[in-house]
Amino acid sequence: MTDATTPAPKPPPSKERRRQARRRFLRTVLLTGGVMGAALSGWLPIAYAQRQRLRPPGALDEHEFLSSCIKCGQCVQVCPVQAIKLADLVDGFGVGVPYIDAREQACDFSCDAVQCILACPTGSLTYDKPKYMPVRPGAALAGKPVLIAKEKDAEPTLNLKERIGVARLVRPETCLAVKGLGFKGQVRGPGFEGQLRYMDVDRWKPIKVADHPYDIPECDLCVRECPIKGAISIETMYAPDGSQRKQPVVHEPCVGCGVCEMICPAEPAAIVIEPREVWKA
Amino acid sequence: MRLWHDVLVMLGRAPKKPEKITERAQQIHFHKRAVNKEEYKAAREKAHADPRKSNKWRNRRWAVLLASNLLFTVSFYFDIQVLEGALTASRFVGFHLIDLNSALQVMLAHKHIIVNLVIGTATVFVLWLLLGGRSFCSWVCPYHLLAEFAEKIHVKLVAMKLVSSEQNINRSLRTVFWVVFALLAVVTGYTVFESISPTGIVSRALIYGPGLALLWVLALLVFEVFFVRRAWCRYACPIGLTYGAVGVFSPLRVKYRLESCFHEGDCRKVCLVPHVLDTVIKGRAADTEVALGPDCTRCGLCIDACPTGSLSYEVKGLSKLL
Repeated sequence: MTDATTPAPKPPPSKERRRQARRRFLRTVLLTGGVMGAALSGWLPIAYAQRQRLRPPGALDEHEFLSSCIKCGQCVQVCPVQAIKLADLVDGFGVGVPYIDAREQACDFSCDAVQCILACPTGSLTYDKPKYMPVRPGAALAGKPVLIAKEKDAEPTLNLKERIGVARLVRPETCLAVKGLGFKGQVRGPGFEGQLRYMDVDRWKPIKVADHPYDIPECDLCVRECPIKGAISIETMYAPDGSQRKQPVVHEPCVGCGVCEMICPAEPAAIVIEPREVWKA
Repeated sequence: MRLWHDVLVMLGRAPKKPEKITERAQQIHFHKRAVNKEEYKAAREKAHADPRKSNKWRNRRWAVLLASNLLFTVSFYFDIQVLEGALTASRFVGFHLIDLNSALQVMLAHKHIIVNLVIGTATVFVLWLLLGGRSFCSWVCPYHLLAEFAEKIHVKLVAMKLVSSEQNINRSLRTVFWVVFALLAVVTGYTVFESISPTGIVSRALIYGPGLALLWVLALLVFEVFFVRRAWCRYACPIGLTYGAVGVFSPLRVKYRLESCFHEGDCRKVCLVPHVLDTVIKGRAADTEVALGPDCTRCGLCIDACPTGSLSYEVKGLSKLL
C-alpha cells in the first residue's frame, strides 16, 4: 500500500445535497414522532379515565381485556339488541374495544346464551377464565344466574361466572317507588330507541321499549323487567321515626346487565350500573 | 444467498449488485450493450407500437379489495353472516380468520393464546403463504387504496412543483417500528399498535360506521400528500413487514424476464417498493428470469406499466408442472 491509494478528501456536499439531507431528516423525525406520539398518547385516556366502561358479559378484568381484545367487533354483530358498541379514539388504547352504554341499550340476555362470548375469537370474553388470572373478591357470582325468561326450560341458567358490574340506587330522591308514585305511558319517551325482550309479546324477538307503554300504580319497572332471578326486589324500609317507604333493593345475583338503568323512568336514572363493581355484602 | 439478500432488503438494506450472474444472463447484458443503437431504438419503438399498457391488474385488484371489504359491511348490514367481524379478526362462513399482525400483537400483549386464536392465525398464515404474503397489502388492505389516491395527488403536486419531490426516508424505520411495537406490546400489556393501525380503523369504520379515529388516518394521508410519498406503507407499517415475512416462501410472485426488457424504468416509477425492482436496472439481473423479493406487494402496477411484457405473475413450480 502506498500513499497513492489513499482516497482524496471528499469534496464538501453541495448546498442542494445538504438541503435534501436536512429535509429527509426532518420528515423522518416528523413521521417517527407522529406515529409514536399518536400510539403512546393512547395511554392517557387509560391513565386518566374518569369513569369506567361497562364491558360485555364474560369480559376479563380491564387490563387483560384491553390486551386480549383484537377489536374485530364480532360480539357487536351477534348481539340481538345491539347493546355492544365499539369505543372511539377518545378511549386511547381502548379504541375499537366493545362496551355497553346501559342507559341507551342494556344487555337483556335476549340471546339466551351470552352469544357475544361465543363469538369472541381471542377469549377476551370467556366462559372460563384461565386459572392463573385472579378473580377479584366479590366479582364471582354465588351461583349461575337464572334467566327468568327461560326459567321453565331444562337449563334455565346463563353460563356466566362473574358479574360485569352491580346495580345501585344512586338517586333515591328521584326514584318513583321511593316517592310512592306509579308510571303511565312510554318509559323514556316516544323517541327512545332501546329494545327489550318482553316474554308476553314475543319470546324470540325484542321490541322497542317505546312500543310497550306501561300503566302501573306503583313503579317497580326495575324489578319487573330485570332478566335475572332474585337480583332485585322492592322492599319496605322503616325509618327510625316509624315512617315507611318502598325502595328497590339489589341482591347478590345481580350481574350488572343494566336493564334496570335503561328502564328507569326517572331522568337521570335513579338506579345505575357501577361498571366492574363487585358485590359487597 | 439471493433469498437472504432479498430479506435484508425488505428489512431496510439497500439492494446490492449480484455477485454471480449466470452465463446466459451475462450474454444478454453484453448484447444489449453491443447492439447497434439504431436497431435497438427501432426494436424499442416496435415494442411500444403495440402497447400492452393497461390498467387490467389495477382494476382487478381494486375490485377484489372493494369486494372483500364491502363483504364485511354487507354481511353485517343484512345480517347474512357470511363474513363476520372486521379485518383484524373475522369468521368466513364460520371459519376463523385472524390477521397475522393483530394476532401477534394480542399474543405478545396478552401472553395467553386460546385455540380459536391459533386456528384463525394458522388459516390466514397458510392463505397468505399461498397468495403471496404482502398481496394482503395491495389486494385487501383498505388503507392501501386510500393511500393510492393520496399518492396520485402527491405525484400531481410534485409535477406542478407545489411540493418537493421524493424525500426517501430510510426504509429501516419500518423494521424499527415493528420491533418497537412488539416490545411495547410485551412490556405494557396493551396492543399499542392496534390503536393506531389505519387498516383496523378504516376496516371498522366501513363496517360499524365512522368515528373520530379516522382523523388519525386523515393525518397520515395529509402527510403522504404533502410530504412523503406513501410514507405509511413504505416506512412505517409493521403489518406489511409481517406479511412480507410470510411472502418470503410464497410461490406466488412477480417474475422479471431480462431478455425483452429495455430498462426504461417505467415499472420503478409506479412501484410502492421500487427496491424490489432493482434487478431491472441495466446490468443488474442475475439470471434471465428473476423473481422479485418478498417486499413486493404483488399489486401488478409494474405489470400494467411494462410496455414489453417483461414482468408477469408467476406461481413457482406451476409452470414446470404444466
